[in-house]
Amino acid sequence: MSGVWVWIEHNDGKIAPISLEVLGVARQIAGERGEEVTAVVTGHDVAQVAADAFNYGAGAVIGADDETLADFRVEAHGPLVAGLIEERGPAVLLTGASIRGGDLAAWVAAQLDAGLVPDGTSASVEDGTVVVTRPVYAGKLLSHTSVTGDLQVITLRSRAFPAAAETGATGQAEWVEPAVGEEEIPTKVLSIESAGGEVSLTDARIIVSGGRGVGGPEGFAPVHELAEVLNAAVGASRATVDAGWIPYDHQVGQTGKTVSPDLYIANGISGAIQHQAGMRTSKVIVAVNTDPEAPIFKIASYGIVGDLFNVLPALTEEFRNRLG
Amino acid sequence: MLDFSLTDEQISAAEMVREFAEKEVYPTIGEYDRKQEMNPAVLPRMGELGILGINIPVRYGGQGFDYVTLGLVCEELERVDSTLRVVMSVHMGLNSMGLLQWGTEEQKHHFLAPQARGEKIAAFGLTEPGAGSDVAALRSTARRDGDDYIINGEKMWISLATKADHILWFAKTDPDAEPAHKSITAFMVEADMPGVTSGDIHGKLGVRAGSTGWVNCKDVRVPAFNRIGHEGEGFKIAMSCLDNGRYTVGSGATGLIRASLEASIKYAQERETFGEPIAQHQLIQQKLAYMQQWYDAARLLYLRAGWMKNEGIRNTRETSVAKWYATDMSFQAAHEAVQVHGAYGYSDEYDVERFLRNSRGAIIYEGTSEIHQLMQAGYALGWRRDKPLRCELPAYDPEYWQAEA
Amino acid sequence: MKVVVCTKQTPSTTAVFSVENGHVNWEDPGGKPNVVNPWDEYAIEQAIQIQEEHGGDAIALSMGTEESKEALKTCLAMGCTEAILIADEAFQGSDTLGTARVLAAAIAKMEDVQIALFGKQAIDGDTGQTPVQVAVKLGWTPLTFVSGIKELNPDEGTITVERLLPGGKETVIAKLPVVISVVKELNDPRYPSFMGIRKANRATIPTWTAADLAIESGTAGASASKVDWSNVSELPPRDTEVEIIEADTVQEQARILVDRLFEEKVI
Repeated sequence: MSGVWVWIEHNDGKIAPISLEVLGVARQIAGERGEEVTAVVTGHDVAQVAADAFNYGAGAVIGADDETLADFRVEAHGPLVAGLIEERGPAVLLTGASIRGGDLAAWVAAQLDAGLVPDGTSASVEDGTVVVTRPVYAGKLLSHTSVTGDLQVITLRSRAFPAAAETGATGQAEWVEPAVGEEEIPTKVLSIESAGGEVSLTDARIIVSGGRGVGGPEGFAPVHELAEVLNAAVGASRATVDAGWIPYDHQVGQTGKTVSPDLYIANGISGAIQHQAGMRTSKVIVAVNTDPEAPIFKIASYGIVGDLFNVLPALTEEFRNRLG
Repeated sequence: MLDFSLTDEQISAAEMVREFAEKEVYPTIGEYDRKQEMNPAVLPRMGELGILGINIPVRYGGQGFDYVTLGLVCEELERVDSTLRVVMSVHMGLNSMGLLQWGTEEQKHHFLAPQARGEKIAAFGLTEPGAGSDVAALRSTARRDGDDYIINGEKMWISLATKADHILWFAKTDPDAEPAHKSITAFMVEADMPGVTSGDIHGKLGVRAGSTGWVNCKDVRVPAFNRIGHEGEGFKIAMSCLDNGRYTVGSGATGLIRASLEASIKYAQERETFGEPIAQHQLIQQKLAYMQQWYDAARLLYLRAGWMKNEGIRNTRETSVAKWYATDMSFQAAHEAVQVHGAYGYSDEYDVERFLRNSRGAIIYEGTSEIHQLMQAGYALGWRRDKPLRCELPAYDPEYWQAEA
Repeated sequence: MKVVVCTKQTPSTTAVFSVENGHVNWEDPGGKPNVVNPWDEYAIEQAIQIQEEHGGDAIALSMGTEESKEALKTCLAMGCTEAILIADEAFQGSDTLGTARVLAAAIAKMEDVQIALFGKQAIDGDTGQTPVQVAVKLGWTPLTFVSGIKELNPDEGTITVERLLPGGKETVIAKLPVVISVVKELNDPRYPSFMGIRKANRATIPTWTAADLAIESGTAGASASKVDWSNVSELPPRDTEVEIIEADTVQEQARILVDRLFEEKVI
């Protein structure tokens, strides 16, 4: 069993940012194991994606391009990738820990009776085995885990690793047929609705969040304004979601989303453990709160003790001036 | 053999109420407290969830749990805000349990069952502008007229005055009787009867997210069916209703002590002065120790009263001491909790100032602390003895309580 | 309709953890140390709603130890019609694949189950893999991140759901039987009712052991586990000393902060 495979996620003909990060890790692992990185591209109209995979470090690309693979249905992509793995025998399969990547990895591991470590935030090779560090217990503890057996399936958390750099390489993908015909696929995607351009929390580089200090639904206005100027996503604490001030979509924390932006600006958020669990891996944390004893200041790099209704407009104005 | 353990059912019931109060009431309680308005979702939700009938037999629309569970539920409700427990005090303690004890079978089906199901809200009309501790001085009258009574009078400081459908109203059928209390009679006045008006009272120090008001009866015609108990039994009925209302106040105040303790522990671990969390300072520890002691004692006192109710043992004295102790100490605990929080305790950004304002009311209503002191001295001196009542609060019998009919 | 909801107990969200010799301990100063996995509540609620609408059974299933009966009692108190515990020393220490095999065997044993519901993930292991893996072992269709059920048609044997996608939603129709994992938007879990609490405390919850399940020995439990979870450590303390920005005006504070953020290159 040898070789490091990456299953590539793509949107609108381009490799998804999370897969660029996974490719970076793949290259590092393959390098240490003395192996090659193979990208697996499954979908429809993916010729460009396959070509780009070479540019980002794949030594080989196996692709399947078919209408049945246009929408991501794990019952179609899963058996295809599992079948290829069974045939070709790679030692490691890496995907992003996203909705699609996670489902695909789980399917492949189950079909092939392989071990799977999800949501890794760091990875290294020890004695040829990949050891993955991942947060457990809702981010309160770290687990250092490895997989035994012929195949190690690993998913990696979004924004935990740098994206692979372009190499300028090109190559010829190998094209294979899908494993399952349309009639055998038990699902059909009837329609897709997009969220309308809002920056997704888990992908965002910058997040501006509001907590109980905003006082009500209208209190999120200054939070939204700053987020707009910074092209950031808007996050929220559980208290505000429970009080009905903002939809659950925005909740950051243990029973919400886990995020890892470069910059997290927490406004009127006390920083309870459950919230911290969702954002403490942010690169830089800024806290704005009227209470200097709020726990959030213990994990922040910068803080302003003050009322967010005064501070945020000032910040928004300052950023507007500097960013032009 | 003394057994201090609670059953899984009692524990689960308390937990469910705790979750409801924390999730659905707590997030907006500060807002409603400031606005001096009652959250309109509270009564319907408590009705839907069965809390308004928790310890009423299933055959009368209730949930069939026991009196101890009522106490546990009140503790959980008041831990979040006193207004939630005030609902239980008037709707359940004073009114519904009064019906359970003194109502005829028909009256229980007609009034109690819809109350237990939360379809009708109940209140207690005893206090008047000129009669609080001096119950016998009440002036409301009920003149017999054929098969009806004509009721006149004004009640004040009535919780849920503007929300209640059924008000247990006390009036004198013979204003000149001697002694005065012997002609007090109890009636169920229905809020939609012609001549009944009500209004809210604002500007209270505490319990601001609640509904307190006045109710006025002007020539309200009430059928004899609505008379609870016999003519002249009203004083005894009112006193026995208070045994149950006070029980909810005492158990609720225990929850308030716990709330002050929990808030203080949390704050003491977060706030630092002189280089360490204030929980390390002994004078702060002392406050926490006292709150813990007051909580332990208050809880044991109300659980004892609840157990006695379950057993069908007359518990006027035990309930009185539980209410007196828990309410006095809940005020002390809140006072200390504000101190633990320092300047922040003086601001409504934290909960403790609301605890302090809320706790002050319970020392006044359902028998002022002074009234309870007089009662306890009366018992101690042997001058006060409880005589058996014509109708006693039924002892808890799980089979009877849980059977459909 | 026969639906199954799989649930487990996890530490409460307010639990405080410590690690000793690789062994994880937790306590909860404020309340119960173990609760029904918060994500499962939505799955349990949905199972009950389906049973209320279509009749039949909503069966709560948990793989664990005797303590897991607490989670199952909560399911009964909320309104599940039945609860079953799977407990056997042989299953302890299973990785998600082993767990998936056991759950699949139990669901298959029940016969005629049309839908198996799961919460999105368990907040202890946080893997989110189990639902898909159970589906693969059962040969059923997995539908993950379900945020709405648009239609359930038992006669036609189909279900139409709304799923969350990154940046949007998709509507999918699938043939029953399916394994569904749910997210919070799906519903508002009800509280256990008082009547339910009473019934649940009196209920007998049967326990299935390895002998009751058609499962190959050596395919579950610690010995079969392909993932080594034993090395757990506490989080390194976030190594920051906060710089509180002070100035005479809030505009000046903003200016200084923005300077710092540009220096950090996070803008």
